[in-house]
Amino acid sequence: MTARERIAGNVAGYVDDRTGAAKWMKKNLTKVFPDHWSFLLGEICLYSFVILLLSGTFLTFWFDPSMREVIYEGSYEPLQGLEMSAAYASTLDISFEVRGGLLMRQIHHWAALIFMVGIVVHLMRVYFTGAFRKPREFNWIIGVGLLTLGIVEGFLGYSLPDDLLSGTGIRIAEAIIQALPVVGSYLAFFAFGGAFPGVAFIPRIYTVHVLLLPGIFLALITVHLMLVWYQKHTQFPGPGRTEKNVVGYPLMPVYMAKAGGFFFIVFGVTAFLGAVASINPIWLYGPYTPGQVSAGSQPDWYMGWLDGLVRMAPPLETVTFGYTISWNILIPGLILPGIMFTGLALYPFIESWATGDKREHHLLDRPRNAPTRTAIGAMALTFTLVSLINGGNDIIATTFDLTINQMMWFSRIAIIVLPPLAYVITKRLCLSLQRADRDLVLHGRETGRLVRMPNGEFTEIHEPISPEKAWLLTSHEQLAPLELPEYDGAGVRRPAAIKNKIRNRISRSMATAVPKATETERKELEGHH
Amino acid sequence: MSNEIELIKDPGLPAHVHRRADTDPKAAARAERQVAILFMLSALGTLLLIVSYLFIPEDIFFFIPVMGNTNAHQLGLGMGMAIALFCIGAGLIHWAKTLMPDEEVIAQRHEFKSDDEDRKDFVKTVKEGAASAGLGRRPLIKRTLGAALGLSAISPVLLLGDLGPLPGNQLKTTTWKKGTRLVTDPGDRPLRPSDLEVGAVAQTLPEIAPGEHRSLNDIAKDAVLLIRLRPEEFNLDAERLSWTHEGIIAFSKICSHMGCAVALYEQTTKHLLCPCHQSTFDVTRAAKVIFGPAARPLPQLAITVDAEGYLVAQAPFNEPVGPSFWERSA
Amino acid sequence: MKQLSRLRRHRAAGPILLIFALFTIGTTFQVASAVDQEETSIAARSAAIDEGREIFLKGCSSCHGLNAEGGEIAPSLIGVGAASVDFQVATGRMPMADMSQQAMRKAPVYSAEEVNALAMYVASLAPGPKVPTEEMLNYERDGSVAEGGELFRTNCAMCHNFAAQGGALTQGKYAPTLMGVEPRHIYEAMITGPQAMPVFSDKTITPEEKLSIIKWIKSVEAEPQLGGAALGRVGPVTEGLLVWTLGIGLLIGVAVWLAMKAK
Repeated sequence: MTARERIAGNVAGYVDDRTGAAKWMKKNLTKVFPDHWSFLLGEICLYSFVILLLSGTFLTFWFDPSMREVIYEGSYEPLQGLEMSAAYASTLDISFEVRGGLLMRQIHHWAALIFMVGIVVHLMRVYFTGAFRKPREFNWIIGVGLLTLGIVEGFLGYSLPDDLLSGTGIRIAEAIIQALPVVGSYLAFFAFGGAFPGVAFIPRIYTVHVLLLPGIFLALITVHLMLVWYQKHTQFPGPGRTEKNVVGYPLMPVYMAKAGGFFFIVFGVTAFLGAVASINPIWLYGPYTPGQVSAGSQPDWYMGWLDGLVRMAPPLETVTFGYTISWNILIPGLILPGIMFTGLALYPFIESWATGDKREHHLLDRPRNAPTRTAIGAMALTFTLVSLINGGNDIIATTFDLTINQMMWFSRIAIIVLPPLAYVITKRLCLSLQRADRDLVLHGRETGRLVRMPNGEFTEIHEPISPEKAWLLTSHEQLAPLELPEYDGAGVRRPAAIKNKIRNRISRSMATAVPKATETERKELEGHH
Repeated sequence: MSNEIELIKDPGLPAHVHRRADTDPKAAARAERQVAILFMLSALGTLLLIVSYLFIPEDIFFFIPVMGNTNAHQLGLGMGMAIALFCIGAGLIHWAKTLMPDEEVIAQRHEFKSDDEDRKDFVKTVKEGAASAGLGRRPLIKRTLGAALGLSAISPVLLLGDLGPLPGNQLKTTTWKKGTRLVTDPGDRPLRPSDLEVGAVAQTLPEIAPGEHRSLNDIAKDAVLLIRLRPEEFNLDAERLSWTHEGIIAFSKICSHMGCAVALYEQTTKHLLCPCHQSTFDVTRAAKVIFGPAARPLPQLAITVDAEGYLVAQAPFNEPVGPSFWERSA
Repeated sequence: MKQLSRLRRHRAAGPILLIFALFTIGTTFQVASAVDQEETSIAARSAAIDEGREIFLKGCSSCHGLNAEGGEIAPSLIGVGAASVDFQVATGRMPMADMSQQAMRKAPVYSAEEVNALAMYVASLAPGPKVPTEEMLNYERDGSVAEGGELFRTNCAMCHNFAAQGGALTQGKYAPTLMGVEPRHIYEAMITGPQAMPVFSDKTITPEEKLSIIKWIKSVEAEPQLGGAALGRVGPVTEGLLVWTLGIGLLIGVAVWLAMKAK
């Protein structure tokens, strides 16, 4: 035994004597993780969160979250001598007086954008593969919570420098609060410590941005990861993979090295973006004052869909009994997002209610094998994408020689027409892919080689596919639709008849599929030849 | 599915295929070298960062295609950091892929559900626990506890009461009064009608006494846009027309939708556009909304001239400026 | 008379008379030559105006009318002033390439002398804003960059964007980018209000303030990339685009490599 091994042994012994950790560690260090690139999307979020904590802490050393008015005397000449808030002035100082400060600001902002992109692509992976099914519904809900909080946290961070762009964003947020029925103006005055903009808002959201929300994030991320750990990761179907096992690499050493390495990759890529691409050049925006605005004032992309919805809303406002309700703000700003996020959070429960499937699932679905789910996802994505595009309609219009009026009318129509269209197209696409799978298993791969049969006919040679491939294409199970009774034994309509009828219909839609190929069919075909 | 149908069988986990580095010591040595090179590159990255931090002044710029005239200090720091971190990551991953064991391992899963015995015991424990506390038998305790807990939830809400004052009529009033002069923003110069030619605009604020300070809260309500048209271009009723002066019309610059500054005035069409959500207002028809999400025209400020010939407000705004709120028209 | 004859015989009479005579001759000469110069300048001007009129008749009158009185598709030019002509023609906006929403900046069709002649012709129709002289445009000396930024953000940024990159207006109209625009043309645009742009009179934005605005625009134009590629200086839209392409693209690329089995 070398000296080093002896020391390691002693340390391990010391810890185990006091915690009994050895047994747990032994088991978990060999924990198996399946390998697939799409399983790393969640890690992108985790690592950018760590980058956000590190770079954010750096920024707090110099940032002064105060709306006190100061005269700028820093080194950026075009702003010298102007009145501005201490928050804005200190952000300028971080950019121009602190060495590496601008880099850190840019890394922080790029990491925030990557964090949100990571969450969305991770969510898409989980959704389209059905990874949210039992027993992972809790983790899905936590994930939706993280997405929502991420949007809020990002918006607060964008607001802190108190530049002209972010001030405009806060102004809009204040208008949304103010539009709430009954309590709106009171809530707005509580949030801002009086009338807009006041002097209280930046210090308040600073506390929320650097303390409250990061704390909640840490707690939720911890639970999220613990559940992944405890429930073991899902895996894609394939030879040797079942609902009862996990096939992959042990944590120690392979996965540790890969996951650890990937942290550095994410940090490296973020630093690269921070080095080569300018983000949020607040010195060009100028300090915030409510009498100014810039053309093309946009939020960051993760809020862009919301801004797009607000832009395309109809000019609707009602006054009943002397009280004003701004539907043009409430519908796009609160009601639609509320429906979207509630629907997202409840989706696992809705699906299991519709299919009647209450079993555990650890093998992922190929998106084509769940056509209705995939189509619903495509529909939701189309809706969000149209809103997002409308959020940048002025920039798009000037870039492509269109008019903002055309863009707006396109979006107003597209937001209603395109999502259902996306549903129909996606569902058909999934079913034809299923058909192609079936043909591939039954008839093999087309080789492109033609041969002449003895009777003079030409046929193309088909090459049988490997057993592994055949298994991959047929291993999924195809659900039968529910058949809930509408009448009881005596022929009397049940109290839940209508509910059951609806459920039957939805479950029939969920179960739409091209029957998968079977060995029996294969053998029958062989018999024919 | 009936039993006669035979499904395609799982061929099982494919046999492990050895990598070159597993069988060929030369390949393994080469992989080791590659990993080491990546780590050394990382060290060079850190060196670049150190050199940039200490020795590259912040005012050196050099031209890079695509990027333009770039700051050497910032780029050196960032690229140094990026290289240092990325290469550590790439080295670790390459190491794991080529030299660490790559045989896939199978672990078994277990159902999460506890067995029925345990579940029953759990329910029993909870029931017994609740029963021994006597919650069901002592309704007085249960009810008073419920009431106390419910009431205590009020305190955090109450304690947040001092977050802000009540709105009062702050949302409904501005600084504009009868006779307040309109002065340029910035510059604070009073304006005569002749200072604006047809087609001209001016950003204005209410005049303040010398030495007084204008807060952002005031600007957020008081900002006004002056526009001069030919009087015959107006399409206004008699009252609104009397609020203009020699073709000069004044609107609140704070959007009636969400409060952005509306000041994109198109001289040709006489339209005002809000850059935030693209509500479009027709100046000739008292800022009537002709496109976009805004539901109300911009409030119009009645103007005239004072004895010295300067533009002044005839009266305060006759409606609240800015975005809507519940008790706006109450 | 005695008096006179006595003066004539005064010993200073000779020199005084001589000085007087010289003075008279000199003045006459000077006045005469001045009149001469005036005459040639009037001649040159009327020649230039004639030349301008020629150009106008050939290049502009089909839309603006034979006497610049305007037509169905083009406004009257009477009283728009030399500044307006200089802005529109020297930036290539006029003559218009096609009848689109708005005239675009392009390579000018006429030479500087021709533009000058056209401007003189239009200015001769009725008084209007004059082309600012070099002396009036010394923004480096007379402007303040910080004040200019403040003025720009209040008066210009809502259409031309925070970094003077331009922006969208209604129905396909747009506020053009101000990058690479000559100070003279920026000044002329402010005093004449070309196309959709409103006029900024000298009382709402003083000439010194206009120079400050120009100075700020020029400083933004010359500003190097402080934080890396500027991404068009249009705000978060291009940033979002970059993170959804290069950012997540690089990361997914590495993830695919990571999960691929080594050979």
